[in-house]
This record gives sequence, C-alpha cells and structure tokens, in this order.
Amino acid sequence: MTTPDPVVPAPPISSGDLAWLRERLILDADSAGLLDVAYRTLDTPVGALLLAATTEGLVRVAYLTDGPDDILADLAERVSPRILEAPHRLDAAATQLDEYFRGRRVTFDLALDLRLTTGFRRDVIAHLPDIEYGHTASYAQVAASAGSPRAVRAVGTACAKNPLPVVVPCHRVVRSDGSIGQYVGGIDAKRILLDLETVA
Amino acid sequence: MAAPRRERRSPARAGPLPPFEHIVVVHGPTVLRVCRALLGRVDADDAWSETFLSALRAYPDLAPGTNLEAWLVTIAHRKAIDVHRAHRRNPIPTDTLPDRAATTAPPGDGDGDDELWTRVAALPFMQRAALVYHYVGGLPYTEIAGILGNSAAAARRAAADGRAALRRRYSVDTGSAP
Repeated sequence: MTTPDPVVPAPPISSGDLAWLRERLILDADSAGLLDVAYRTLDTPVGALLLAATTEGLVRVAYLTDGPDDILADLAERVSPRILEAPHRLDAAATQLDEYFRGRRVTFDLALDLRLTTGFRRDVIAHLPDIEYGHTASYAQVAASAGSPRAVRAVGTACAKNPLPVVVPCHRVVRSDGSIGQYVGGIDAKRILLDLETVA
Repeated sequence: MAAPRRERRSPARAGPLPPFEHIVVVHGPTVLRVCRALLGRVDADDAWSETFLSALRAYPDLAPGTNLEAWLVTIAHRKAIDVHRAHRRNPIPTDTLPDRAATTAPPGDGDGDDELWTRVAALPFMQRAALVYHYVGGLPYTEIAGILGNSAAAARRAAADGRAALRRRYSVDTGSAP
C-alpha cells in the first residue's frame, strides 16, 4: 500500500520493537481499565483452546478447530471490541487447565463470567459443576436438577452452547442409554475428557 | 478550491468492529513507521503507545466505515504536534534553522538511512507530516488534508515541497542524485 519512493523510504522497524510496544499497551490498557477482554491460546490433549477473560472472570473457553477469528469476532460483538491478546490475565486458568489435563486437578477454582449465557441455559450451566469429576449425568437428569424435567432437548442446546467447555463440565452429560452423545468440541474430545477423568 | 476537506468514510470497514487486537496487528507497524519518520525513535515509541491507548479508549464508539489507518494517523498526528510544540518551547532549532542538526533522533538503525532521517526531521513540520503520511503511511492526500486541516491540493503541495527539499539537500551533500 505504501508507495515505494527512493527519496522517502519507510524507516526500518523490528519485530522486537513492536513486541515491546504491545507489552506496554497491554499494561497501560489494563491499568486504565480499557482491557475489556484478554485472551490467549493453550495447547491441550483435546487440541488448542482459546481462553478469554473479562475483568470479572473467565468468559470464554473455545475449541480452536477453525482458528480464532470467528470466536474473537463473536466476543467483540457480544462483550466488547476492546480485545487484546494478553496472556497474563489467563495465567490461573491456563495453569489449572494444565493440571486438569495432567490428572492433578478435579475441580476448577476460577472466577467465571457467565454473561454469554442467559435464561434457562444459564441455569443449566450453573448446575453442571454439580456433576462430580469422574461421573456422568444424563440430559434428563440435568433437566430435572435445573427444575424443568421435560426440557431435555433444551439441556442439549445449553450444553452445545456452553461458553466455558471443559471448565464447566458439559462433557459429563451423556445420553440416558449410556451412549456418549454430542459435544461442542467433537465426540473424540468428549471421549478423551471422560477417559481422563475415569483413569485419574 | 473545491477539494474535499475530509473524506473519513472510505469503505475500509463495514459491519461490526473487529477485535482491537486485529487493529494492532494490521496497523501497528505502519503507525510506528509514521511516528519514527515524524519524531525519531524515542518520541515515536511514546507517541505510538499514546496513540493506541487513545484509540482503544475511543474504539467502541467508532463510526461504521471509518478508514482505520487514517483514524490512527490522525491520533498520532495530535501526539506528534504535542511533541513538536514541547520541543519548540525548548531552545532547540527546528523549523527556523532547517540546515542544522535535527532535534529528534533519526529512526534508522545506524544504516545508510540515518542521514536521510536527519534531513526529514529538519523539514518544516507540515511538509514533514504530509510527506510521511503519504510515503510512509500510504494515505491519499484527501485523507491527509483531513488530518492536517487543509485541502488535498495543499497537502500534496507540502509533500512535494518537502520531497524536493530532501532531494536537493541530498544532491548537494553527496554530490549525486539519490
């Protein structure tokens, strides 16, 4: 886009310069209260995950099968466009997920921001951590515990749209006949998580 | 002249705002080059930081269709004016003695462009700004006119004058055309 010109060439800049300026922007933005959403990616046995947090807590965990663009665009629209790749805010979440995948953690101790889920879905999401590590519940059981025993399909939808998979254990919800059912990260990922919790 | 003073609504963006991270990745390098060319290395880093922090603050209210690069350069320009005025308050020659050494460090890394950037820094501010926004920032003169508060023709003229001055001094000093 810049017109090459022998009299006025563009001054050289290095990637190191930009990296340092980015770091400074993140610090300045955070202390000015302008870092509405911080995110990072994390490699796990179920694939790369995107982790995003507001100042209130972890707001999104997403499987990165198709890259981060759609997930970030969704966060920009539904939370705030003031989004930066700022890993520091996700340190605790990344550490705890790492421990979980190594079989050394059975519950997450993280502040959660549930603003991306509302109504009945939110009730379901709020109840999912009641299913203990290494156990499963059927969609019907979850519907009953959320106070709407007939809303089995709605439970399925709530799980499919869980904004915080892995941390909020929608993978522990299976079919009444014992078959594994669907999963937001794919059935293979669901099997890996359930196996991990069974072995540990 | 009937040249448009402002042409801020180019079709650079439509629909919802992209994540600010995208703005930093895509426009960060160009804005840094503009700041370096305009201010020298040390002041440029501060100007870049202040530009992107200001941009982040205003970002959610940005009008649809805004040319993001021109918007960022507009903010950087205001920061550059602040720096420029601060230097003028100090007894350091800039515009008035254009053949003296520049007040701001050149942006080069000790390569052959150092002398060039010393010369750019010695140009009158409007010439320097017009030159840098066009050749380093890649902005059209209609956008530059909006930033400088003049007409596209005046912006083009300022850049041409600056470019001619650079070429002249380059030839005089080195005895060869660039």
